Order: sequence, then C-alpha cells, then structure tokens
Amino acid sequence: MKVVLRNPKREVELPGGRSVNRLLDDLELSREAHLIIRNGTLVPGDARLDDADVIEVRPVISGGST
Amino acid sequence: MPANVSRCRVCKEPAVIDLPRHNAHFCGEHLVQLCNRQMAKAIEDWEMFTPQDRLLVAVSGGKDSLAVWDMLVAAGYQADGLYLGLGIGEYSDDSGGYVRRFADERGLKLITVDLRADYGYDVPTAAVATKRVPCSACGLSKRHLFDRAAVDGGYDAVVTGHNLDDEAAVLFGNTLRWEIDYLGRQLPVLPAANGFPRKCKPLVRLTERETAAYCLIRGIDYVVEECPMAAGNRHLAYKEALNSIEQQSPGAKAAFYLNFLTKMSPLLAGSTAAARGDVGTCGRCGAPTTGDVCAFCRLIEKSSTHEAVPVEFVLDKRIRR
Repeated sequence: MKVVLRNPKREVELPGGRSVNRLLDDLELSREAHLIIRNGTLVPGDARLDDADVIEVRPVISGGST
Repeated sequence: MPANVSRCRVCKEPAVIDLPRHNAHFCGEHLVQLCNRQMAKAIEDWEMFTPQDRLLVAVSGGKDSLAVWDMLVAAGYQADGLYLGLGIGEYSDDSGGYVRRFADERGLKLITVDLRADYGYDVPTAAVATKRVPCSACGLSKRHLFDRAAVDGGYDAVVTGHNLDDEAAVLFGNTLRWEIDYLGRQLPVLPAANGFPRKCKPLVRLTERETAAYCLIRGIDYVVEECPMAAGNRHLAYKEALNSIEQQSPGAKAAFYLNFLTKMSPLLAGSTAAARGDVGTCGRCGAPTTGDVCAFCRLIEKSSTHEAVPVEFVLDKRIRR
C-alpha cells in the first residue's frame, strides 16, 4: 500500500494486512497524535489496511507556545 | 458489511474514529455531535458568552481555529474572524489562503491585520531583533493585536481555538517551573478587566485528534503543515510527553487539566498581577501593562527598525542548533 506521510511530505510503499494501530506502531508514531485516512476516508485504529489502499498519515499536533 | 468492523457507540453504524479516553468509537455524524456538545458544555460551565454577545474569533488557518469558528456559527453565535499575517514565508501565504476561502465560502466577516504592512516587522525579523525564539514574538504580537482588535471593534469577547492538548501542555510547562502567576491565570475564560477584553477558549474539552477529525468530517480545509518556526519548541515536546502518557493511560490529559481547573485554580485565585491590581497603562499605545511601556511597543521598537530578515535565515539557524 502507498503511505503518505507529512512534515516533511513523503511517500513510502509498505505491505498491507495490518491494522491502523499496527501501522502507527510500526512507523513509531503516536496514536494520539495522528489520524489515518484510507482512500480519502477517516478510519479507526482497528481498521484493516490492504495492499491496494492509499493511506494518509495525518499529524494533528500543532502550535507554538502562545 | 464485515461483521467485525467497529461501530459507533450511538447509532451502531461503522465507526470512523476510536476515542480511547471515552472508551468508544464514533461515526462521522456522532463525532460532530460529540464535539458540539463538548463545546457547549465548556461555554456553559465557565459562562463564556451568550448568543447576544459579538465574538471575535482569532483564526490562523489551522484546524482548531477554523473548527471553533465553524461550531460557533453552526450553534447560532455572532462570530467574526480575525487573521494576523505573521510574515512566515509560504506558511503564512498558505494559512491566509485557507482562512479567506473558509470565510468567503460561508459569507463570514474576516478582519485581516498584517504585521509587516501595518507595524513594519514580521516574526522572523522580530526573532532576530529580540534574540528570542520566534514563538515568543509571535505569541506576544497575537495577544496584543487580538486584544486591540476586540476592544476597537466593540466585540464582547475574543475566542481562540486552544484545545485540551494546548492547555495540558501549557499547564505541564508552567508546573515544571512552578510559574504561579501563569498558573493563576490559566483559565478557559478570562473576564474583561484592566483594559483587556474577555478571552474564551471553547475547545478546552476537545483534543487535537478530535478537532482534526471534526474538520475532516465537516470538509473544512486547513493548513496541515506545522509552522516551520515552531519545530523543536518546548511546547511540542510537552505535548509529545503527555501523549505518551495518554496512550498508556487514556483520559490522563483531561484529568490533568480539568482537575487542575476544579481543584487547583481556586487556590491560586488572587495571586496574579492583574488580581493584585498591578496593571497600569502603556505610555505609548494605551494598552494595559505592568510596566511604563508595554511589551508589544518594546517589540515594535526593536523589530521595525531592524533590516528585514528572510524566513530561511531563521530556519537555518534553528536547524544548526
């Protein structure tokens, strides 16, 4: 599956057959700090991802110290 | 439909998000409902404002400020937007575009202030001129100009998109250093006093993950990229630490911040400079201040006479550190 990451924006190819939470763990990314969008639709942590999916890993943490 | 997909706690339709702190999954419709209810509870619990009040929403182009503007308008509040052009290169250009499109598409009133055009400096230049981190000049400029716009425009309150993660991270930092004055005024609503307008944070019961999901479901385009000036700042490090705790112990961030408000804040009331009556008036701009000249006027003095600094110069300097 194609996985699109941000900050900086880049793409990696990874095998499917894993859950959203497993993907975040494998990428060493916090589940609290990211959303997963599969083929344009938001999906929960236990959703299964397939080889043909296009996945966006969207970070949600923002902000300076205002 | 596969039988093993997780389902919305409310309607049992397939879920789009899991929220461990609520021990529940939600579909898009009911996540939006949850966000609206959490905002309404914050407004009511802390008596922030009423539908009769005129609100000025500080909008940056990010998810939180656009989400709160959207929720307030949907709930029937009179809410105009205020965008501050910070001069952070492409990031500011993009952010301003998102805000203008949001306002245009919904027919909402947007006020724009530009640091370079209106005050003769921008955030990268101010960072170099003051020899401080960019977030310092940025935060100071925002606080002063949001206050001024609200007072000049006759608004009843300034609304910001600060969320639970923002407030928990600030609380964490202030607690690490026992900043009693800052802790004493870290409240979801600050009443108008000493020339300052009322300031309200209706999203303090929502996490960043929830406001980002709200925007996705509502079709709100926002700037996803992080501000390049904020990379590596302490605030982000505190958020990372708190998220690590949250993943092990869902609900920890909400307990940390919301219990501070109910159990600790009352003990600190009266300990701030404003409460002690130490606030006077700036001799130059008339804004409230504890000194003779306010921090914003001192910032302008240093920054507007400094040669303009390109954003890349500040970024290179921060990367080399």
